[in-house]
Amino acid sequence: MPEALLSLAGVNTHIGQYHILQGVNFEVPRAGLTMLLGRNGAGKTTTLRTIMGLWKASAGSIRYDGREITRTPTPDLAQLGIAYVPENMGIFAGLTVRENLLLAARRGPPEPKRLAWIFGLFPALQKFWNTLAGNLSGGQKQMLAIARAIVEPRTLLLVDEPTKGLAPSIIANMVEAFRELKRTETTLLVVEQNFHFARALGDTVAVMDSGRIVHTGGMAELAADEQLQTKLLGLSLESHA
Amino acid sequence: MSTSEQPVALAPAEALPGERRDWIPLALVPAIALAALPFIPSLPTWVTLTVAGLAMGMMIFMMAAGLTLVFGLMDVMNFAHGVFISVGAYAATSVLLAMKASMQAASLGANLSAIVPAVLAAMALAGLLGWFFERVVIRPVYGDHLRQILVTMGGLIVVEQLIHVVWGPDIIPLPRPATITGSFIVADAAIERYRVLAVLVGLAVFAAMWLILNRTRLGLLIRAGVENSEMVESLGYRIRRLFVGVFVAGSALAGLGGVMWALYQESVNAQIGMQMMVVLFIVLIIGGLGSVGGCFVGALLVGLVANYTGYLAPKLALGSNILLMVLVLLWRPRGLFPVGKA
Repeated sequence: MPEALLSLAGVNTHIGQYHILQGVNFEVPRAGLTMLLGRNGAGKTTTLRTIMGLWKASAGSIRYDGREITRTPTPDLAQLGIAYVPENMGIFAGLTVRENLLLAARRGPPEPKRLAWIFGLFPALQKFWNTLAGNLSGGQKQMLAIARAIVEPRTLLLVDEPTKGLAPSIIANMVEAFRELKRTETTLLVVEQNFHFARALGDTVAVMDSGRIVHTGGMAELAADEQLQTKLLGLSLESHA
Repeated sequence: MSTSEQPVALAPAEALPGERRDWIPLALVPAIALAALPFIPSLPTWVTLTVAGLAMGMMIFMMAAGLTLVFGLMDVMNFAHGVFISVGAYAATSVLLAMKASMQAASLGANLSAIVPAVLAAMALAGLLGWFFERVVIRPVYGDHLRQILVTMGGLIVVEQLIHVVWGPDIIPLPRPATITGSFIVADAAIERYRVLAVLVGLAVFAAMWLILNRTRLGLLIRAGVENSEMVESLGYRIRRLFVGVFVAGSALAGLGGVMWALYQESVNAQIGMQMMVVLFIVLIIGGLGSVGGCFVGALLVGLVANYTGYLAPKLALGSNILLMVLVLLWRPRGLFPVGKA
């Protein structure tokens, strides 16, 4: 297995009186796409938010690129090269597409070459460059959210359910965009409910249940094992087709 | 390709449905002014009332602008905002009374030599108090609205009592500088000089805020932070620092509003800020919590309605702002320019 860029060891997270993450252990290999799967309420979103420092781990250790980041503030994590696309996309509805991207480009205006690459992935963003983000469709908002995360080169990209609520044609577009992202040096950790999307893109997989990691391994192995899918996710790929 | 330009030309047919500029709330200000015209017996009286309403609205805007940004950015309900108004008014009063000779001189230069330091002192002291307040009173209660209300109300009472200690409990008369006292007549309408000045200062403050919010990266950050502060942090910006800056600037602006209001009333007392708080919250609610544009329009509406009602039906004047708020909320339940908070 390639060297891990991110590793979580015994991570616990409490939200109010609720004990959500109960000792999460897994590693994200460098320069690949790791899928984080699991049923609703398993703790996937909490895991991403804990990595990003938006909820503080109450115990355990998170290491990124050789350094301890468990207590690192969120803005510092962003400056270390971690980008986050939340489940609700987190776009700024009152800002235009251009302004959303300008804000995410911390080193100055986005490089034209990078921008052209992003427009190649998501042509709609070029078309609606000066449109208020709040007026975009759901799929276009998701494109903007991902574009904002990659407007500058990042080391690690955390994406929470990128296909949620999207039409099949948009999902196909997303698959192509993520394939292109995988060709870069960015490491991706993606939470997903859509198993077809996960199978199409994942290199490695971690499955969560009740706040713990219950399975890690190659995506191809999980995709080929219907019994394991049923056991871990409560459904098989065939039944989901 | 420049990122500030549209990379491809959009044919009109390609524009998104629903792309809109919301002009209707802006049209409310002239609409209310024109609607009042038939009920007022003479045009000069209408002009006088309209200028008075706009001036009052501008001063309310200066006092409320910081409050709406603070609420929008960090969800903080600061019931102590009035103390920045009071402290600003008192700081300016101290300076102006110490420079009585310059104030009473019939020369604009002499008047300005008193007014400028007075305004700077008011803004500096209110800003400094805002910085202290954020660190000591507000910071421990982020995310807890009930405790915010309790501790900021407590802070308001403490500062009011401190004002009594420093400046005494009595009302202090504050005559206006000679060159902005009195009125001039335009087409039989008497227009107070001070009200014109208030309108001009209010417009300048609004223009400056608009430029900062819409033409600078700082403004971009503030607008984004008002919508979704967590996402701004995820992009690598320290929202807490931004918040402290906005809090201090909003407090300084309230101090400026306090100076203007004290000179408008020609007196100052420890409750001058607290007495404005209900009106400020009404303006915030009418405009949409967190919206500077909404705050501006809401303040002008409140100023106009208060003046027209005060003239036409004085007994209704006290309730006119609440009635206005109810009508606006029936039309737009989240205010005139709702901010899409995540």
